[in-house]
Amino acid sequence: MTLLTRIASYFKPPRLTYRLWKVWRRNFDVFMKTYKVNFFPPLLEPIFYLVALGFGLGAIVTSIEGMRYIQFIAPALVAISMMYGSFFECTYGSFVRMYYQKTFDAIIATPVSVEEVIAGEILWGATRATINSTIVLAVVAAFGLVSSPLCLMIPLVAFFAGLTFSAIAMTFTAIAPNIDFFNYPGFLFITPMFLLSGTFFPLETLPPPVQDVALVFLPLTHLVKISRALILGDVSSSLLLSVGWLAVVTIVFFVLSLNLMKKRLIK
Amino acid sequence: MKNLDVLIRARNLTKKYGDFLAVDNISFEVLKGECCGFLGPNGAGKTTTIKMIHCVLPPTSGELTAAGMNVLEKPREIKSMIGVAPQEDNLDPDFSVFSNLIVYSRYFDIPKAKASDRTNYLLKFFQLEEKRDVIIDQLSAGMKRRLILARALVNEPQILLLDEPTTGLDPQARHIVWDEIRALKKQGVTIILTTHYMDEAAVLCDNTLIMDNGKIIEKGAPATLVKTHIGEEVLEIDHDERIVHVLQEKFPRARFEVIGERVHVFTTEPHGVFTEFLESFPLKNATIRNANLEDVFLKLTGRRLRE
Repeated sequence: MTLLTRIASYFKPPRLTYRLWKVWRRNFDVFMKTYKVNFFPPLLEPIFYLVALGFGLGAIVTSIEGMRYIQFIAPALVAISMMYGSFFECTYGSFVRMYYQKTFDAIIATPVSVEEVIAGEILWGATRATINSTIVLAVVAAFGLVSSPLCLMIPLVAFFAGLTFSAIAMTFTAIAPNIDFFNYPGFLFITPMFLLSGTFFPLETLPPPVQDVALVFLPLTHLVKISRALILGDVSSSLLLSVGWLAVVTIVFFVLSLNLMKKRLIK
Repeated sequence: MKNLDVLIRARNLTKKYGDFLAVDNISFEVLKGECCGFLGPNGAGKTTTIKMIHCVLPPTSGELTAAGMNVLEKPREIKSMIGVAPQEDNLDPDFSVFSNLIVYSRYFDIPKAKASDRTNYLLKFFQLEEKRDVIIDQLSAGMKRRLILARALVNEPQILLLDEPTTGLDPQARHIVWDEIRALKKQGVTIILTTHYMDEAAVLCDNTLIMDNGKIIEKGAPATLVKTHIGEEVLEIDHDERIVHVLQEKFPRARFEVIGERVHVFTTEPHGVFTEFLESFPLKNATIRNANLEDVFLKLTGRRLRE
């Protein structure tokens, strides 16, 4: 096999049918069984951040780009909840279902295909991002930190950004030898992204090379830009670049993760 | 000859992992309505074959069809007519007994009302009604096995694949599962099972395929295999050179095998010859028993440990 055909084998376009929603539905049913517990973290976490950083740190930080510090970080908290909601669902959550519970093995013995199982998982991850970030948005709005009706587009953005992070997460899951492996992407990818994506201070204050890295490699950078624009009502055409970047990354990792999983589960 | 329809046909079926031949060029047929047992030591290729039949593993080469459909071309159609009870417990631990079957029915596109009726029927059939709302973790091994069998039947399959259906069960649970398998066979379901228990194969199977190292080394009905390879009776006695010598003179055509401290004498002569012999030569610790499938299995696959 030449290198090129080998690479191509990881990017075969998947054949998907409506059956992927049955996998989504399975996860949704499990989620609804314990919805009270599931709603707590996205409800409480932003409150802690807003109080600690917004009020605490905000008291000594002068205004950023003409707004109060708490206003600056609020959209970032919404974006971060999209990332966490989907990334952890499709790493730890999917890995447990695949490796420990053998749920994927059980499903692929039915007319549902491996690709549909993985696609359903990714759609479910995107749904978690939507649910979580909508709750965070409501909290942020309750603090009076939303200033544009465009914020109503956040759930839609969350779903698509959720696809991005779920697809990246699923790619890690496909190559994870064991569950401890997720410490690596957690520590080397998610944590730096949490801190360096223009979340708690403007991207422009970072040294230029770090800025470039953040723009080229960190999806959260683009997502924070979009969220901030929609929540604060400051939309410009430069956002299209961020949307395009996220779209390309999503498609690449979506197709890659499906192929990797197929190779892992069907030998 | 409508009962002799071939439902599953394998021609030169091969599965390779790198250089390792898990299934090595096997051919077989499973007839409609029969119970066919795959026997073999660990690593013989039984589970791999089962997984190829239900379209989860693609064959490396050769042809495999179910109801005339090729496994590589029509996986969805084949999977929708097959029920699978895997070796490992992969019930969904996030759901109750009842929900496990309902959620599984959804994967087959079974309408809600029908799924619910079918689930109630299956829970009754497998004596699991009382556990309906119990979470999977709280079931005993035997109940889990029965629930896996119930789950394999939600789509009213024509073919049932049972991979070691009674491994790890106590004798009571084993007999219940056997009864249920026999009842399903009566309903006309074609059953393929793998097992390590020769008594299980003898009780349940019309036809058996004995596999070793990826190949089918013998096939036939259990009783026929016993007759051809072993004979009628087996005499087991403590190992003693002189007694063996006497026996060899008395039964010149018998096969002798020393297993540990015991000698097994296999004879194809009619029942009763050993009894007669023991009446004139009362031996300590001598046992006479019928030849069985386990004797066939050990003769063909040897006594060496595989793993």
